[in-house]
Amino acid sequence: MEVKITNDNFKKEVLESELPVIVDFWAAWCRPCMMLGPIIKELSEDLEGKVKVGKVNVDEEGYLAQQFRVFSIPTVILFKEGKPAAQVVGLLRKEDLLKRLGL
Amino acid sequence: MYDVIVVGGGPAGVSAAIYLKRLKLSVGIVMKGMGSLGKTGHIENYYGVPGPVSGADLFQKGLDQARALGIPIYQGEVLGIDNFDGFAVKTTEGTCETTCIAKAVLLATGVNKINLRVKGFDGLVGHGISYCVICDGFFYRDKKIGLVGSGDFMKDELENLANISKDITIFTNGEKLTVDTGTYPVDSGKLTEIGGIDHLEYVATENGKYPLDALFVAVGTPSATDFAVRMGAFTDHNNIVVDENYMTNIPGLFAAGDCIGGLLQIAKAVDDGAKAGLAINKYLKSLK
Repeated sequence: MEVKITNDNFKKEVLESELPVIVDFWAAWCRPCMMLGPIIKELSEDLEGKVKVGKVNVDEEGYLAQQFRVFSIPTVILFKEGKPAAQVVGLLRKEDLLKRLGL
Repeated sequence: MYDVIVVGGGPAGVSAAIYLKRLKLSVGIVMKGMGSLGKTGHIENYYGVPGPVSGADLFQKGLDQARALGIPIYQGEVLGIDNFDGFAVKTTEGTCETTCIAKAVLLATGVNKINLRVKGFDGLVGHGISYCVICDGFFYRDKKIGLVGSGDFMKDELENLANISKDITIFTNGEKLTVDTGTYPVDSGKLTEIGGIDHLEYVATENGKYPLDALFVAVGTPSATDFAVRMGAFTDHNNIVVDENYMTNIPGLFAAGDCIGGLLQIAKAVDDGAKAGLAINKYLKSLK
C-alpha cells in the first residue's frame, strides 16, 4: 500500500521514517504518471517492510513539489534518514527505476 | 478508420506497411522528410543492391513500392497522437484529413532528436528547460516562459502554453518563422547562452538577454520519442522500449527501426518493419 503524503504528514511519514521512503510526485493529468502508478504500487508490495512508498499529488501539495524543486513529473525521490538520496525524473521500467534509485 | 497508421516512410515503416497491406489490412503512411537515410550518400552494403545507391534514391524507391501496392502516403508532420479507444494521429493541416484514426500505430520515424547547442543548455534540462508542455507546463503557471522553435510543432506547443501563461516569448534561434504566432513577441536571433545556478534564470540571444522561469523546446519536427513520452510509453536513453512483438507498454502502439535503438542500419530497420508488421496483424486479430 502506498501512503498518501501531504504537507501535514510529510514530516512524520517521510522525514521521521525509520525506513527509506520512495516518494512519487504525480498528477492525474500526466499520462506518464498514470503509467508509472501501477509500478509504484508494485514496488510498495515488493519492498514491503524494507522501504516505505508514498505518493504526492502535486496539484494538491504544490508546496512540497516546490520545496523539492520538482519541475517535471513523474519525479521519484528516495529519502534516507530524512534526506533526498536519489532522484529520478521521467517514466522508467521498474528495474530501471530501482537501479537509478540505487535499490 | 485505418487498421494501422505508420508514422515514418523509411525502411522500417515502409516494410511494415508492405507486409500489412499484403495481409489485406488497411494501412496509411504519414511522413515528412527522409530522415537519416536521406542524408546517406552511398550505400553499398545492402543485399541485392551492389552498386552504390544514394539513401535518397533508395528511400524514393521504397515509397514508390508502397504506392504501387495502393498504400496512401500522406506528406505531413505529425503533431501528436491521442489514444482513447484507438488512436488519433493529429497532423499538420491538409494531410490525412487532418486527423487519422487507426486501431494501431507504428512509430518508425527514426531518430531526430535535436538538441540545442547553446552554452548552458545541457545542465538545465529538467531544471527549467523542458521538451513537453503538457508534461511540465503546470509548474510554470503565470510565469515568464520562453519557447524555442519556428514551425508547426512550436505553434502546437504555443497553443498548449497559452493556457498556462500570458507571458510567452518565442525564440526562433536564427530560423525563419513559418507560422503565425499572433501577438507574442518573437526574437529571431541565434541563442547565445542559457544561464542559471541550479534552475533556469535567463536566456540570451544576439539581440538581448531575457529573464525566464522556463524554456520549452519545440524545434523542428517532434520525434517518435517525443510522442512516446507524451503517451506514457517507456523510453530508455532516448530509445522507445518495445517487447519482442515490437509493442510498447501501450496496447496497440508499436515502434520499429532506429527509434527503438540497436543497429542503425537499413537491414535491421527492414527486419524490424517486417516483424512489426506481422506482430501488428496478430494484435489486430486478437482484438476481434
